[in-house]
Amino acid sequence: MLDRSHIGHKFNAHSVEIEKGRLRFFAKAIGETNPIYSDEKAAKKAGYRSIPVPPTFPFSIDLESPEFLPVLTLLEMDIGRILHGSQDFEYFQSICAGDVITCQTEIRDMFDKKGGALEFVVLETAYTNKDGEIVVKTSQSLVYRN
Amino acid sequence: MSDITLGTEIPALELAPISRTTLALFAGASGDHNPIHIDIDFAKKAGMPDVFAHGMLSMAYLGRMLTNWQPQSKLRKFSNRFATITQLQDVITCSGKVVEMLERDGETLARCEIQAVKATGEQTLVGEALVAVN
Repeated sequence: MLDRSHIGHKFNAHSVEIEKGRLRFFAKAIGETNPIYSDEKAAKKAGYRSIPVPPTFPFSIDLESPEFLPVLTLLEMDIGRILHGSQDFEYFQSICAGDVITCQTEIRDMFDKKGGALEFVVLETAYTNKDGEIVVKTSQSLVYRN
Repeated sequence: MSDITLGTEIPALELAPISRTTLALFAGASGDHNPIHIDIDFAKKAGMPDVFAHGMLSMAYLGRMLTNWQPQSKLRKFSNRFATITQLQDVITCSGKVVEMLERDGETLARCEIQAVKATGEQTLVGEALVAVN
């Protein structure tokens, strides 16, 4: 069993500068051809400050923490046994290349199903801009195969 | 006046078969370096027959479908659960439709049910999106 005393644990926040090159690579990897996701001129023409991050990219901002998936170390989980159970995004403002975004993740819940065969860890992340405004919130569940 | 109403279908997006190259590129671009998606030796040790696709790759495809349909600035919420693992060579199709029109914070929102399915019809991702309509 994973140690549930960690419910409520807040991980160290980390800040990431959003880079145009990275967004171009992401667009290529997902087959996105709309030029606003790779070309700053097209993005500005469409009314964005610069290239906007696509809807699921905040997940990648969170992954940029100094330690990859710090929840694994905290809960002593084996990376080969985790699955992604669910993922929610809520958007308040756009995030664009050049922005510096700070992520703060917390363990919101832990529970099990199937008599403990599967354990769930619910993580919530708040993404704030340099003015301290929340721009995106996410919630995700990780499934642990025991 | 928007032409989005109850029952409006989101234009579907059919993807190329999932390849190892797709997964390698997505691992690098997304920052998800979990070896289970890119290293067959690791995947086998973990009890899987082979590497398999990142759930977030298919969610990115659903995102493409949504932003092909409406500008991203109208997207308020986007969520899904990952119902089944997507394997190599699976052909994923994303689709969705408006199932409810609602008012929130002075905005009209279209609640859309969205899904990613394999060619067999098996759902891999099931979720919903809230899109502002004006």
